[in-house]
Amino acid sequence: MSVAERPDGPAGPRREAARARPGWQVALVRPEAMTLLLLVGAFVVASWLSPFFADATFILSSATFYTEFAIVALVLTLLIIAGEIDLSPAAGMALAACVFGAVAQAGLPIGLAIAAALLAGALMGLLNGVLVLVFGLPSIIVTIGTLTLFRGLAQVLAGDRSIGGFPGWFIGIDWRLWLGIPAPVVIFVVAAALLAAFLGLTVTGRQIHQIGTSPEAARHAGIRVRRIKMGLFVAMGVTAALAGLLAASRLASVRYDLATGGELTMVLMVMLGGTSIFGGRGSILGTFLAAWLLVIIATGMTVANVPVTSQLIVMGLLLIVSIIATNVIYARSQR
Amino acid sequence: MIGALLRGREAGLVVMILLVVAVVGGLAPRFLDWETLRIVALAVPLVLIGAMGQMMVLVARHVDLSQGSILAFSSIVAGMMFRDLPELPVVAGVAVAILLGAALGLVNGLLVVLFRLPSIIVTLGTLSLYRGLVFLVSDARQVDPQFIPRGLISMSQTSPVLGIPWIVIVAAAVALATWAFLGHSRLGRQIYALGSNPVAAPLRGINVVRVTLLVFTLSGALAGVAGILYASRFGYVNPGITGLGFEFAVIAAVVVGGVSINGGSGTVLGTVLGVLLLGTVSVALPILGVSAFWQDVFNGAVIILALLVDRGLREGGARALRRAGA
Repeated sequence: MSVAERPDGPAGPRREAARARPGWQVALVRPEAMTLLLLVGAFVVASWLSPFFADATFILSSATFYTEFAIVALVLTLLIIAGEIDLSPAAGMALAACVFGAVAQAGLPIGLAIAAALLAGALMGLLNGVLVLVFGLPSIIVTIGTLTLFRGLAQVLAGDRSIGGFPGWFIGIDWRLWLGIPAPVVIFVVAAALLAAFLGLTVTGRQIHQIGTSPEAARHAGIRVRRIKMGLFVAMGVTAALAGLLAASRLASVRYDLATGGELTMVLMVMLGGTSIFGGRGSILGTFLAAWLLVIIATGMTVANVPVTSQLIVMGLLLIVSIIATNVIYARSQR
Repeated sequence: MIGALLRGREAGLVVMILLVVAVVGGLAPRFLDWETLRIVALAVPLVLIGAMGQMMVLVARHVDLSQGSILAFSSIVAGMMFRDLPELPVVAGVAVAILLGAALGLVNGLLVVLFRLPSIIVTLGTLSLYRGLVFLVSDARQVDPQFIPRGLISMSQTSPVLGIPWIVIVAAAVALATWAFLGHSRLGRQIYALGSNPVAAPLRGINVVRVTLLVFTLSGALAGVAGILYASRFGYVNPGITGLGFEFAVIAAVVVGGVSINGGSGTVLGTVLGVLLLGTVSVALPILGVSAFWQDVFNGAVIILALLVDRGLREGGARALRRAGA
């Protein structure tokens, strides 16, 4: 990946400037190291602010809200590494949840409603993919358009009321414990492990890095750039729908304004995890750590009685600071 | 040739507007009424002023997602000044709103040029940051109607000439000034040069930092103007609602008006027509009995369609250029 990681080749005279950095330096210039340090720091500060904080059950139960965004952020990491972006998944969560709600309310079986929501997610991803890859439009603006479109369709489906009355087995997934851990958190951890393996160990995963580094070179190397990107867009849609269903289960009802502003949280998790906005570099581990960092910060602020509205300031500042830091770290490691 | 295409785009927009008026007027005759014209005229000034700023940012190949939050910040601070210092002249509140907007826009620009960051991510961050500041300075409290000065509110109700309300005249003046600046000043032309080719622009002696800072500052200042007009038009300022989603409505109108996302092209006339088209449709939908819930669906679809049309035009233009060159 980065130049600094490569060991010196035996060929040619060794030049002073080309000597490999010591291992600890290599580890430190990786952006995930920054995320990990911040995570430890935030944990210490939060425990110092309130004695109630350092309680695993409390942190895990407050994590369920963020894991919905975090699961989507994992897939978004892959898409951003591949050099594209998707700002529509929060609106996609709302639309999928409203599709679920509308089908369930029509008296059809819940299984069918879940399938309809996932199908809607796939179609949303497909629409983004077609507009970006077939028509060659920039993903940043396309997904601003589809963000507005999906949120609007959710509003048309659900109006300004909330749809509820789902069967008991569907609701309350955040209270269900698997191995003593809330189910959404387990889903997030398993998804992170699977995607990390996919990105690091499979051919397609390595190709995603190559596409983001240089789409032109990737195409010449015979990588099916469009097919892989299309797959990622559709995966984004389906994952957003899944997150929408998790939210519907947690809230026991759906509204069109579900997950409003969630796109900021998702992009923030990916950026904070050290993935480069310019594509080509990044890791699932970084996003995984960043998601926990946000959980700690948000929980810490709540425990310290910081109003939710001031948390907007912190989130915005974090996004800007993290992208500056990542840029500086990558610029240094390239030297 | 490209000029002809752009003129074609503007003529197309005029035809679209007339078509909407004819179809809606045919279905619901009360649409063809002076009252409708008045509603449209009151609906567009805010978006029009925001669109002038957003347009300059887009021409320079950037984007400003924080306009709605800047609008809210300028508006709430001015509103709080009116509330807490009742003797303050209205002009002082207006000046503060514009200056604050310019300052927040300048911060966007500085982040973009100092750290070489993509503007979309910077302004996504400041969208949240500035909205948080709105809640912080206002203590999450609304500025209620009784505190907005009469003089300011009457700008949306009274008219100096021909029954045209003041805020429409302000918006028209802003559009004219933008047209003069972009088309007939050295700096204005430099914005186009920068957006057409950011690599070549510094080689031709254009101060990229200055031009970039300028477009973001202007976009912020104009969002500040829109903030004052918001207080005038709606008569209150709410930290959570004011300006929410404003940037998406503005971007939709600007893109429909033919301003290219890829920088370097777009006209003030086209942008004005884009704003008018979307404004007319937003007034027409409820008259046709379409639920207000469809508004966002329509806005989203319009952004995507405009992008597709823009792409088609660009390919057509490139083909025409190749033919002319051969």
